Amino acid sequence: MATAARRIAFFATCLVDQFLPEVGVAAVRLLRQAGFQPDFPPEQTCCGQPFLNSGFRKQAIHLARRTIAIFEPYDYIVLPSGSCTAMLRVHYPHLLRGDDGWHERAQALARRTFEFTEFLVHVAEWQPVPTRSLPPVTYHDSCHMARMLHLREEPRVLLKAAGVTINEMPESDRCCGFGGIFSVRVPEVSNAITADKLREAVETRASILVTADPGCLLQMRGMLDHTPIHVEHVAVILARAVGLLDKENEG
Amino acid sequence: MSPVTLGHFRAQARQALADPFLQQALAGATAHFREGRERALAELPDAEALRDHLKAIRRATLARLADHLETFERRAQDAGAVVHWALTPEEATRIVVQIAREHRVQMVVKSKSMTSEEIHLNAALQAAGIQPVETDLGEWIIQLAGESPSHIIAPAVHKTRQQVAELLSRATGQDLSPDDIPALAAAARRFLREKFLLAGMGISGANLAVAETGSIVLVTNEGNGRLVTSAPPVHVAILGIEKIVPTWADAAVWLALLARSATGQPLSVYTSILTGPARPEDVDGPKHMHIILLDNRRSTYVGTSYEEVLQCIRCGACLNVCPVYRKVGGHPYGSPYTGPIGAVISPLLFGLDQYPALPHASTLCTACVDVCPARIDLPRMLIDLRTETVEEQLIPRVDGWAERGAAWVLRHPRWYRWASRMMRWLLRPFIREGRLHLPPRWDPFAGRRLPAPAPRLFRDLWERGDV
Repeated sequence: MATAARRIAFFATCLVDQFLPEVGVAAVRLLRQAGFQPDFPPEQTCCGQPFLNSGFRKQAIHLARRTIAIFEPYDYIVLPSGSCTAMLRVHYPHLLRGDDGWHERAQALARRTFEFTEFLVHVAEWQPVPTRSLPPVTYHDSCHMARMLHLREEPRVLLKAAGVTINEMPESDRCCGFGGIFSVRVPEVSNAITADKLREAVETRASILVTADPGCLLQMRGMLDHTPIHVEHVAVILARAVGLLDKENEG
Repeated sequence: MSPVTLGHFRAQARQALADPFLQQALAGATAHFREGRERALAELPDAEALRDHLKAIRRATLARLADHLETFERRAQDAGAVVHWALTPEEATRIVVQIAREHRVQMVVKSKSMTSEEIHLNAALQAAGIQPVETDLGEWIIQLAGESPSHIIAPAVHKTRQQVAELLSRATGQDLSPDDIPALAAAARRFLREKFLLAGMGISGANLAVAETGSIVLVTNEGNGRLVTSAPPVHVAILGIEKIVPTWADAAVWLALLARSATGQPLSVYTSILTGPARPEDVDGPKHMHIILLDNRRSTYVGTSYEEVLQCIRCGACLNVCPVYRKVGGHPYGSPYTGPIGAVISPLLFGLDQYPALPHASTLCTACVDVCPARIDLPRMLIDLRTETVEEQLIPRVDGWAERGAAWVLRHPRWYRWASRMMRWLLRPFIREGRLHLPPRWDPFAGRRLPAPAPRLFRDLWERGDV
């Protein structure tokens, strides 16, 4: 079957749906340019990761089951979030172990689930053709994307192909301080970790701090006061570089 | 001790964050250890394979823990040591006090031992009228200050040179300058040397114990461990039952990774192997050697999802990479075991009801798994412990309502839409320049100004054909 004929679902994730719709717009347009026609199954909400991580396992299991049911008709499930991808791919099968029938369905879904930059590089084999130049960026490796999915090169490869210079910061894979529920349970420490991250990003003299995780993005934007740097999702930067987003109007 | 709640952890963390010296000391020390570890592992022909080997050894040892412990007991007895089994911390301290009394000991010298901190041995000795003197310089400093260690490897990392000079001046009766470090060290050495010679008993931990010869192994950098275990007539070693390896070949793997992971040294300055008390032909060494094997709930975790934590070799590498530990240091954990490993074993050894906050004091960033010589999956166990805090209602009731309510809404797309509108309406008064400005009293983010919800959901844009 030609790849374009395959059915692909876009899982926007709850944070993108609520806070960062421009990230969804950018990601979907890029997927189209790469030759795919993503669907947006409207029943989708949240993958359940916040509940697993805060100890509400039963709630996480409910959300995992409904997410599987919504997305299993598709050949590919693509998410603009490293940590939500890790939830579907790494955590779902464990969470539903011994759960009659659901375990196999979780495994099958995990095989077809891809983080957004991973999908563009490895499945779509797509490369951006830049139409405009962007200022230098620095890239924050989000924890679960880097350490659980081992996706470090994919976003960098795409940014470089889009003509974007990356000024690497020290410990680019050190946690941004978010940690989901942690950022509310121990907010002072969460903020202090984020402040360190932003300081190191600024020291690279990049004008944009790029990440592939909506959670990190919101956390870092939340601490931006008086910091001369912008925080953006990798999809938005790529879409801008290839002229799919009008910077002034959309993100 | 009152339980380490989130309120306790946060209060202590705020103090740590507000202390510029501590911030600098923590950043410096953890960076030093991190860089040292990376350099030291890179020197090995295949560090990753060695870590896998250690993991296999630790797993296999735990699978037959009882057998290896019994072998160790027999061999240690053959070498002339007395082996004691302590089920609880109370039992362990009672055994130590009893040994001290039998030998009419008034003062003991100690080398650094996390296990002795775990059982609060110093307090028990003092209550029995026996004076304990810590001889690891860092441990001595915090003993003088009446504090607890803030790092597994560097217990006094939080103390300034001025504070150290003050504490040492008071202890030695001299006027010591904070600027003359060699003089400080010399004063400490003179003071402690006298204690080594006067002490009736030396107490040490053990980094590991080797079953096939009944030996314990002690690694130190200051040499105080050798004096503690050889100068006084009685030596008592206390160790957790998981610190055992079957053979010397296994011990070599452990030792090759321990100091490298901890400080970046290929080996510590001193590696002492102790097999029984002094033999008749020995010119020095203790006449009596006692080894106390402490359980303190460890055996109850064998065969459970927490068994993996017993593979820990106490190198402290996880502390140095933990984003939380690096900002707050050890004291907020309220336990001798701090950082990611402490957040897991403190609730397991002392009770989740005593440490309900610790499983939550982590971003689950998984950096600890990357550096652990035994590749222990601490984040998995942190999530399991969090689940237990929910099941045992150890989190605020209102959190439970909020979480269950949110999960229910997220399972019902129509209510999800309704709740999205509701949230926007409720938050509208607090949004300025696209960010949330909650009044300090209601602000769960401690001043972080999160971006406001977008005017339109992504799903609305999709439905309108704007994507």
